[in-house]
Amino acid sequence: MKVLDWLANIDRRLIFLAIGLAVAIPIIMKLRMPIRISSEVRSAYETIENLPEGSVVLASIDYDATSAPELTPMFRSFLRQCFRKKLKIIYTGHLAIGLPLAQFDLDMVTAECGAVYGEDYINLGYRPGYTAVMIGIGREIRDFFAVDYKGVPVDSFPMMKDIHNYGDMALIVDFAHGTAGEYWIQYVVSRFGVRMFSCVTGVMAPTLYPYLQAGQITGIIGGLQGAAEYEMLVGNPESAAFGMPAQSIAHLLIIAFIVFGNIGYFISRRKK
Amino acid sequence: MKRDIPIIITFLTGFLCVVAFFIPHPPLGDLQQRFLIWYAIVYGFTMVLGLDSLLKYNIKKITQRKEGWQYSYVLLFGLALVLVTGFQSWFKYGTPFELRSSFMYSYIHIIVPLQATMFALLAFFISSAAYRAFRARTFEATLLLVAAAIVMLGRVPIGKMIWSEIPVISDWLLNIPQLAAKRGIQIGVYLGGVVMSLRIILGIERTYLT
Amino acid sequence: MLPLIAVLGLLTQPPVNVRAYDTPNDEGSSITITWELSPADSGGASLFRGYEIYRSLSATGDFRNVGFAPAGATRFDDGNTDIQDGQEYFYRLKALTASGYEESAVVGPVVSSAQWFNTRTVNVLVITLFISVLVIYYIRRARAGEQLFVRKIAGLDAIDDAVGRSTEMGRPILYSFGLSYLNEVWTLASLSILYRVAQKCAEYSTRLLVPHYDPLVMSAAQETVKQAYAETGRPDLYDERDSPFLTADQFGYAAGVDGIMMREKPGAVFWQGYFYAESLILAETGHSVGAIQIAGTTSVEQIPFFVAACDYTLIGEEMYAASCYLRPEPQMLGSLKGEDLTKAIIIIFLLCGAVLGTLGVLSNIFFDHDGLSIFFENIVQWFNTF
Repeated sequence: MKVLDWLANIDRRLIFLAIGLAVAIPIIMKLRMPIRISSEVRSAYETIENLPEGSVVLASIDYDATSAPELTPMFRSFLRQCFRKKLKIIYTGHLAIGLPLAQFDLDMVTAECGAVYGEDYINLGYRPGYTAVMIGIGREIRDFFAVDYKGVPVDSFPMMKDIHNYGDMALIVDFAHGTAGEYWIQYVVSRFGVRMFSCVTGVMAPTLYPYLQAGQITGIIGGLQGAAEYEMLVGNPESAAFGMPAQSIAHLLIIAFIVFGNIGYFISRRKK
Repeated sequence: MKRDIPIIITFLTGFLCVVAFFIPHPPLGDLQQRFLIWYAIVYGFTMVLGLDSLLKYNIKKITQRKEGWQYSYVLLFGLALVLVTGFQSWFKYGTPFELRSSFMYSYIHIIVPLQATMFALLAFFISSAAYRAFRARTFEATLLLVAAAIVMLGRVPIGKMIWSEIPVISDWLLNIPQLAAKRGIQIGVYLGGVVMSLRIILGIERTYLT
Repeated sequence: MLPLIAVLGLLTQPPVNVRAYDTPNDEGSSITITWELSPADSGGASLFRGYEIYRSLSATGDFRNVGFAPAGATRFDDGNTDIQDGQEYFYRLKALTASGYEESAVVGPVVSSAQWFNTRTVNVLVITLFISVLVIYYIRRARAGEQLFVRKIAGLDAIDDAVGRSTEMGRPILYSFGLSYLNEVWTLASLSILYRVAQKCAEYSTRLLVPHYDPLVMSAAQETVKQAYAETGRPDLYDERDSPFLTADQFGYAAGVDGIMMREKPGAVFWQGYFYAESLILAETGHSVGAIQIAGTTSVEQIPFFVAACDYTLIGEEMYAASCYLRPEPQMLGSLKGEDLTKAIIIIFLLCGAVLGTLGVLSNIFFDHDGLSIFFENIVQWFNTF
């Protein structure tokens, strides 16, 4: 009976230790698991596949280091898919501290794909104002971004010549760990009618399903699972696909703890 | 009078922004864009307020030797370090965000690991909270528990390996009951937001005007 | 040889049915050009490069390149600031292929103008007017003396007890807005809850700690606490440094607030505002120091975490109702009543839609009659046209 009492009241430090091991061991042992592609990730992928060459895509970086393990693989796969399709990318965002982080991936993938700054992509950097900036771009992007992240006038770049507002963009892709994804839909998609899909953390993904069902966004890439699926579709399995076994084992372990807790709880209730 | 002027400004700004949503004709369309630019500029300057408060708070802690006062030195040092590296990188490269700059070096090697560590703690907290809270006390709690377990398994590859229908049931749970409840709460939240905004624009809600 | 000639013939065909018209629902200075795809621009043909758009002040005048639309596009908004409202313009398109280009016929004249009403917002206007009229109507009725009922909100009733208990234990109170900004409605709702908490703290001479993520919220919160202390007759208790700015970084803020909780061991904690992934880190730490916790958020995805870890949770719009609940003046309660009635009408609409949609499917299955489902589809389509 002592064991059952112990099961009902496991010290939280033991739980912490077990979770730490459940995540670390599969990564160290390089376990692999098959990935199932969901419809919402496939439709996000196909949104880009169906864009004509030369279309402009606005990528908004609304995440920072906290959610980088989930969102970085999505951003890299997105860049690879866009440059392969010869699309043009406008890089901006609403987290001052997140933009420099994703810039590493931008620099890495643009070098890998041979994309040219100012012709194939541009980094507009950060401006304070959040929703004000989102709505403002709907009229004229230069009202907020007259210069790029290094202070060079945007009009000096060939790709910005015909870009004034959302009417000149074929798609918005938001990479968010907060409500920025919802703000883009509420303030921009519904107002200016531009197409969009969302790349978000696992915890935020359920929030966006109503918008997907209503047809306001064309797809959702959610959490490490979504990132792994997107990596498989783009044909570059990396950190997300390789991280799934660790997440699988951790989920199993949490369920096991819940079961232990309940066994202990029932036995102690019966005793009473 | 002290309260009337802010209420008039609130009414005019709110009303004009609502009207500009329906009327694109100048000067209304222009006016809204102007408000948005003002907001972006004002917001940028509010960081000075934050800096002032942060300094006051930590200097007080040091001078009064409050518990953990030593950490305030660490904080002030960190603040100075980011400022110095930021300006140095700006002068050297024209932007602090140049990847070779000292600012980016401190960002990548200090801020990024700190942020990632804090977020990673969530995995531990969520496990202990789930263990503590998920007890099948009632019928509803049991339903919640079973649904949570299915969704957790359905969102990872191992779910399909255990039983091929788990991801299908998980998708159904996410798309039907979860979505219905979420929509219900969201409709309430947005409607509440609209009515609260109306109260503010009409000057009925004044608690924030102290 | 013949197929090659046919291909080249295809490649040199111009875009057809080119139309230029004033961009609808805008503030002027914009002309929209639409066309049908050039026969060469189909199936993602890699030889086709796209369309160049040319503008001129006269049909025979000098045409200037004003933009480029990629292959597959059938629309271009010429929204340059150099377009003058009232001025006549002419347009011509060039379809560019690997072997050269072909020009469309000249279209025009076309004149741009600003519109006085954005027709795409009719649905929003109708709903806005409807809600406004209802709210104002009920405010007037409440002012006229009608008694309005508000149900109990346990989380708000618990404020006094939580502050009292904390005072008995000799511990401070902690209040957090989470990651809220001042331009968000829930922040203003949270300020009214803070006001009540601050009043109680002043009454009991209990210390109130309010660490901040946003400097503007910090200023507003400091003023709110100061005012509450002054109105309760204890302005001497107010210390601005108990309401400090910590950082505008999400997890930096979480770490800072956790640190304050571990050092100060608050007896009651209020999580009132917008929270993200840090919600559970905060609430679990609050639980570990033995504080009574009252949460309130409109962040749907964080509600389950707060419900699991806190003693009371204000769910969604209960937070917005807080100011009316804590200050039950007629006009405040009237606005709540208006909101409730709007919600009831939305529910009726949803139910009608669900019944109609289901009947449509059933009549299709059992009577092979699709009139009802087409009717339902038309209603859905009508809503989507805006």
